[in-house]
Amino acid sequence: MHVPDGFLDATTSTGTAAVAAAGVALALRGSRHELDERTAPMAGLTAVFVFAVQMMNFPVAFGTSGHLMGGALAAVLVGPWTAVLCLTVVLMVQALVFADGGLTALGTNVTLLGLVAIGVGYGVFRGLRAVLPATRTGLLTSAGVGAFLSVPTAALVFVGLFGLGGVADVALGPVTAAMVGVHLLIGLGEAVITVAVLGAVFTVRPDLVRGGRHLLRARELAPRPGLAGATAVDAR
Amino acid sequence: MTRTRTFVLIGVVVALVIAGVGSWYASSAPDGLEATAEEQGFGSTARDSAAADSPLADYTASWIGDDRLSGGLAGVIGVLLVLALTSVLVLLVRRRTSRDDSAPRADARQH
Repeated sequence: MHVPDGFLDATTSTGTAAVAAAGVALALRGSRHELDERTAPMAGLTAVFVFAVQMMNFPVAFGTSGHLMGGALAAVLVGPWTAVLCLTVVLMVQALVFADGGLTALGTNVTLLGLVAIGVGYGVFRGLRAVLPATRTGLLTSAGVGAFLSVPTAALVFVGLFGLGGVADVALGPVTAAMVGVHLLIGLGEAVITVAVLGAVFTVRPDLVRGGRHLLRARELAPRPGLAGATAVDAR
Repeated sequence: MTRTRTFVLIGVVVALVIAGVGSWYASSAPDGLEATAEEQGFGSTARDSAAADSPLADYTASWIGDDRLSGGLAGVIGVLLVLALTSVLVLLVRRRTSRDDSAPRADARQH
C-alpha cells in the first residue's frame, strides 16, 4: 500500500510529513529503552526481513496483489519504537532508491505503514496478550489478530486522508468499500506471515522475541527440579 | 551474544535469498491501493516519483539486461542498504543512550 505522488494534495502531504517527523522523533527517544543487547542486533534483521518480504507480493482476489506491511511483526520482535525506526528506513530506501512510494508521499507512507500499522498492530497485540493465556499460542494469536487488523485500519486512514486532500474528485463511499474490502484479504496474508515468522523465531530463540519475554520470565520463575544451575537463557 | 550474531547472520541470508531469488516469483498484479485507484477512477492522478530515474527504480538494476538477474540484484542491494542504514541508526541511538545514562551505568558496574 505504498502511496504514490499525486494522490494527496500538498497540504495533506505536508501534514502527514509533520506527523511522521514527530512520530520518528518520539521513536528515536523511545527506542533507547528497547535497544538492549538482544534487541539491537535484531533491529537490522527485522528491517531487512520486512524489506525483503515486502517484495513478495501475493495474489488476492480479482487480479490484485498485496504484500506484508510488517508493522505488527516488527513491533513484536523489537518493540514498537524500534519498529517505527525499522519501517522508516525501509520506506525511505524504497522511495528514494526504488521509486516505490512517492517522495512527497513519504510522510504519508511512514504515517500509514509505520505509525498507524504499528500503533494498531502493537496496541491490539498488547491488549490481547493481557487477557489471553501466557503461552506460545496466546502470544501468536495476539500478534496474528494485531497484524490482521493493522492492514484494513491503515487502508481506512488512507481513505480518511483521501477525503481530506484527495486530488481526484471521486465518491468516498465506494473508495472506502473497495479499500477496506481488499485490505481485509491482504490482512489475512499479513496475519499468516506474521504468525509463521514469529512462531519460527520463538521456536529457535524465544528470547529474541521482545513481545514474548514475559513468557520466559514466567518460565524462569517456575520451579525447575533438577536444573539448579544456570537457565538456558543465562548461558547465552 | 555470539549465538545472537549467528542467528542474525542466518536471518540476513534468508532475507537476501527472498529478495534476490524469491522476489522473481512474486505476483506482478497491481496491489490493493493501485487496483482500487484504477477501479475508482483516481489512478490517473498518480505522478511519477522524482526518483523514477534512479538506476534501481521499480526494483530493476537498469544496467543489467537479464530481467531475472536485474531484479535479484536490485533486491540484494536493497537488503544491504537497509541493513547498513538501520545498523548505523541503532548505533547512533545506543551511543547517545550510553552517554546520557553514563552515571547509572557506572554505578551498576560496581555491583
